[in-house]
Amino acid sequence: MGAQKKSASTVAARTSDDPEELARVPLQAVLLADSFTTKFRPITLERPKVLLPLANVPMIEYALAWLESVGVEEVFVFCCAHAKQVTNYLQSSPWFSQPNFSVATIESHNSVSAGDALRLIYERNVIHGDFILISGDTLSNMSLTRALQEHRERKKKDSNAVMTMVIKRSKLSPVTQQSRLGTDELFMAIDPDTKQLLFYEENTHHLKGTLSLDKTLLIDNPSITLHNDMQDCFIDICSPEVLSLFTDNFDYQHLRRHFVKGLLVDDIMGYKIYTHEIHSSYAARVDNYRSYDTISKDIIQRWTYPLVPDVLLLGSSATKLEREGIYRASEIVQSRSAQIGPLTVIGNNTRIGNNTTIANSVIGKGCSIGSNVLIEGSYIWDNVTVEDGCQLRHSIVCDRVVMKSGSVLSPGVVLSFKVVVGQNVTVPTYSKVSLLLQPTKQDSDEELEYADNNSDVEASSIAGTHNNLNGELTSDLSEMQGSATEELGSGGVGYIWSICEGASEEEWRHSIAPVPAEKLVELSQTMDDDLDFSNQDGNAPASSGELKPGGVSDSDDEDGDANNDSAYFEKEVVFQYSIAYKDVFPIFLNNTANFSLQVEATFLRAVHENVKVDHVILEVNSLKLSYNMEFAACAGAIFYSMLKLALGTPYNSSAELYNAVINVINTWQRLLKSYLSGKDEEIEIILKFEEMCSESAKELSPLFTKILCLLYDKDMISEDAILDWESEKKYAEESDRVFVKQAEKFLQWLREASEEED
Amino acid sequence: MDFQVVVLAGGFSKTLVPIVSKEVPKALLPVANRPVLSYVLDLLEQSNLKDLIVVVEGNDAAVRIGGWISAAYLDRLHVDVAPVSEDIGSAGALRSIARHLTARDILVVSGDLVSDVSPGAVAAVHRRHDAVVTAMLCSNPASGPAESGSSSAKDKTKKPGRKNIIGLDPSRQFLLHIATGAELEKDLRIQKCILRAVGEMELRADLMDAHLYAIKRAVLLEVLAQKETFQSLKEDILPYLVRSQLKSEVLSSNLPQLEENGNDKVNLQNKQISQSHILANASNRGFHELYPLALDGSSSARRTHKCCVYIASNDKYCARLNSIQAFSDINREVAGEANHLSGYSFSAHNNIIHPSAELGSKTTVGPYCMLGEGSQMGDKCSVKRSVIGRHCRIGSNVKIVNSVVMNHVTIGDGCSVQGSVICSNVQIQERATLKDCQVGAGYVVTAGSEYKGDSLAKKEK
Repeated sequence: MGAQKKSASTVAARTSDDPEELARVPLQAVLLADSFTTKFRPITLERPKVLLPLANVPMIEYALAWLESVGVEEVFVFCCAHAKQVTNYLQSSPWFSQPNFSVATIESHNSVSAGDALRLIYERNVIHGDFILISGDTLSNMSLTRALQEHRERKKKDSNAVMTMVIKRSKLSPVTQQSRLGTDELFMAIDPDTKQLLFYEENTHHLKGTLSLDKTLLIDNPSITLHNDMQDCFIDICSPEVLSLFTDNFDYQHLRRHFVKGLLVDDIMGYKIYTHEIHSSYAARVDNYRSYDTISKDIIQRWTYPLVPDVLLLGSSATKLEREGIYRASEIVQSRSAQIGPLTVIGNNTRIGNNTTIANSVIGKGCSIGSNVLIEGSYIWDNVTVEDGCQLRHSIVCDRVVMKSGSVLSPGVVLSFKVVVGQNVTVPTYSKVSLLLQPTKQDSDEELEYADNNSDVEASSIAGTHNNLNGELTSDLSEMQGSATEELGSGGVGYIWSICEGASEEEWRHSIAPVPAEKLVELSQTMDDDLDFSNQDGNAPASSGELKPGGVSDSDDEDGDANNDSAYFEKEVVFQYSIAYKDVFPIFLNNTANFSLQVEATFLRAVHENVKVDHVILEVNSLKLSYNMEFAACAGAIFYSMLKLALGTPYNSSAELYNAVINVINTWQRLLKSYLSGKDEEIEIILKFEEMCSESAKELSPLFTKILCLLYDKDMISEDAILDWESEKKYAEESDRVFVKQAEKFLQWLREASEEED
Repeated sequence: MDFQVVVLAGGFSKTLVPIVSKEVPKALLPVANRPVLSYVLDLLEQSNLKDLIVVVEGNDAAVRIGGWISAAYLDRLHVDVAPVSEDIGSAGALRSIARHLTARDILVVSGDLVSDVSPGAVAAVHRRHDAVVTAMLCSNPASGPAESGSSSAKDKTKKPGRKNIIGLDPSRQFLLHIATGAELEKDLRIQKCILRAVGEMELRADLMDAHLYAIKRAVLLEVLAQKETFQSLKEDILPYLVRSQLKSEVLSSNLPQLEENGNDKVNLQNKQISQSHILANASNRGFHELYPLALDGSSSARRTHKCCVYIASNDKYCARLNSIQAFSDINREVAGEANHLSGYSFSAHNNIIHPSAELGSKTTVGPYCMLGEGSQMGDKCSVKRSVIGRHCRIGSNVKIVNSVVMNHVTIGDGCSVQGSVICSNVQIQERATLKDCQVGAGYVVTAGSEYKGDSLAKKEK
């Protein structure tokens, strides 16, 4: 660990300073060079996200430059996916040879989340004091002095203040808030005085119109501020405890979803998170293609100064800023007839042909762009060849892509490395094209999206392709071409990834294409729906009668809105009906009720399809196991089903009904008997019978004693059970004793009989 | 001002048994020897709001309150006393007097409010924003000295239940969320759309709803007519209006209604509305205007209405007499720190002893006390932080601390009364000790008895 030695030496060099300075540990930072998401696929299959160029400079440069500017002395770059590429890049960059700023990499191949990363860092024991935690795709020009000072002061007063989160006010309009960075809505509750974070909720789609806050929040704090207008910058100042917290809670994976929410919910340890709001400085994170687009524009418009192309020198080429925000590298070959529009960056050694129009775009190094090309709002990386007559709108084109003449990229297209688009081919909107096949393993479970990202798929596929770039790949390609050409025209190379289900609705949100007008309308429409819903929802007293019929069924089919009491009720009724023939929702009803429904269904099937008794017993046994029921419950349920069957047959008088009961019992007595192993089961069916007579099947009530006699005669119920049942009922209420009274004579007879036996 | 005031004076409130009685409905309970209702009426008079309807639950109470008002406020206020049936809630009460409401805006005040916040200021805010409803809020009564009493533990557990949770916009002008009553027991549910529109919402649990609302008459009548199940102004109507403020369902049928009233009025009103718009825009472009703008095109006809708040400054006094605890607190405070409310001028000792009151030798009446007209006290008595009514006869060696003693009470020698409320015509015989008790009107406390934390009342026949 060269870094550690270095830090030791820097500390040693300062021994002459005053004691406070002596105790001071150098400011450290952890930079996560892996986002643990798959949002930048397919590009990230071949190159790590932090090395993707943002205005022609790899993202990690911005992060490192900022860390250096705020006085960080040691940075630990945690790399996971494509760790080699990141390390190689850093080794060849000047960062490793900076004085007073040491960069060390920590490589891991089995981390699948930020949580794993922090646990690993904890194990390495390299963090000694407060540190800054950012991910490699974060961009900022804020000054940390205030935030750090606040953090340290709080820490002194309260050792539980473990983290300070940097937040920034976002644009006011509710629609742009969502469309700007393509991130989910974020709701935060902050104590206005202490700035303590009390509530953090992103991705609230499942809660329809309302936001639910724990009532204890307001008991503890007289006033809180609820924010929808803040944006999380993903810059955190952490105390070393954060690392140990991750280690203690080994299930923490996601920084926000698990760690932050975990701390907020858990009040046992009492750890607190505070926020620091920045006002004039810039901070944002490249989270998806849309924020890539937005942040690139922000860089070009110099909101991120000094992190702008003409100041941030990279390599040898000097970039000059011209009017209208055009950045031009020194050696560009440009036709006179080419028009370069405003807010454009053009890299070194790029050639631009006649009558070509470029606007609002970034073009990398060594590209050759033909004549009559239209490039608008697109990001073209290095060494791309665009032949004559191509049109590119709002697309991302990676290194070494070849676009044959006349091809067109519709908005939202992403072409990964070395894709070739055939002549006159139009690539449809939102398509992602890569030389690599789409990983077939789809994580349908969104929660697991980080779990199997970059690591396994990439590790294998990349090892094969990327490292042997020029050699074998071409031969591979020739094989691929056979299958891939159809999609990308003649001479085209690459696979168009199919958009996985579910993601398609989100595609517009994350893509760099401008948000389609109808989506904007839809977005505001959903807000309307929210309004509709909230107007009629449970906030109103139930008596208000505002609940509109149909309002529940048409729009809100997710289960998330179960918080609407009456809606939930309606739904439950629906489930109860559907359950009789559909056995897929076992969890929605209470277990016992569902179990008896299942048994009844089985029994009815047995009756109609003449299933053998043994088989029925087997099936009921398996139900019993799966619902974890007692034999008594089985007996009760079977008896119930039998009586239901008898009731189902047409009858005119109670005598006929009695005959039907006798019939059923005769036919199925073996089934019932096999569950009547003891007195408990027998009492259970008497109770069940009684319950039926008094509630669901009143027709049976006059026959109660008769059927009881019948069961006794058939040796299904012993006299002990009957007498026990009677004594059990002795102290019951009068209304519960109706049937005891009805059976009084029979009971009398039983008692005498047993006495006689004695 | 074109404001009509409705004072909801209640009836014989059950929560105040035993200190209310057939003779003394809630509105006539004495606060510093004046009926509590007089505080509201005086306050309204100061703001030049003289057109009042006093709504009283129950005919008996109405007769009593009406009698008192006509005697006390003859020629000063124009008051109609309207009896309504009991237990119909504040919304029900308004519903039953709906046809008497004629002015453009209605000011609804609870009759148990003791405050020095000017209702005129609330009305002005209401007009300035052209709000549908404006509520007056004040900071929760800072836990007074009473809290240190024996009931503090009980209070603490109860407190969250009585609070309301109020959501305000950053400028603290608009009411964005209100949770009252039973809702407080559940988790807080904030409407996302409103939060989206403002971006930032301040949730406060330390504000008290003072039960003083300015409401547009048209809106009030419409809601009352449409939502027949609404019972309470505070728990049903106000939350409903707050909830639907970005998607207004009220006022839609407003225009035809106005036209009936004559065209000149409409014109006048439109003029006023546009004026208030200009005012509102000049001061602060509210989210109500921004919100529909942002969604241009898709739903141009979105209607919004404004729910405003007036937050009284902290140095104002504001309390509601809605519990026995509040009754003794308010009495103590009006006789004490907030004595400017009582309307009396205090002596150099910071107390008021009516000139006709007689004190025995070595009897001391401490600061922040009141002794009413014609009351007599024997020797060696001590009165601290208490209010004693008219014509009381108090023996020797009596200690009265932190208590309210109403009129015509007889207290025998050697009694000790602490933290208690003694209603009119009570007789306390010698050497009785009362601590934290409420004694209903006409009750006789036997000699030498000792009570602690009891509620004593005559059996109703």
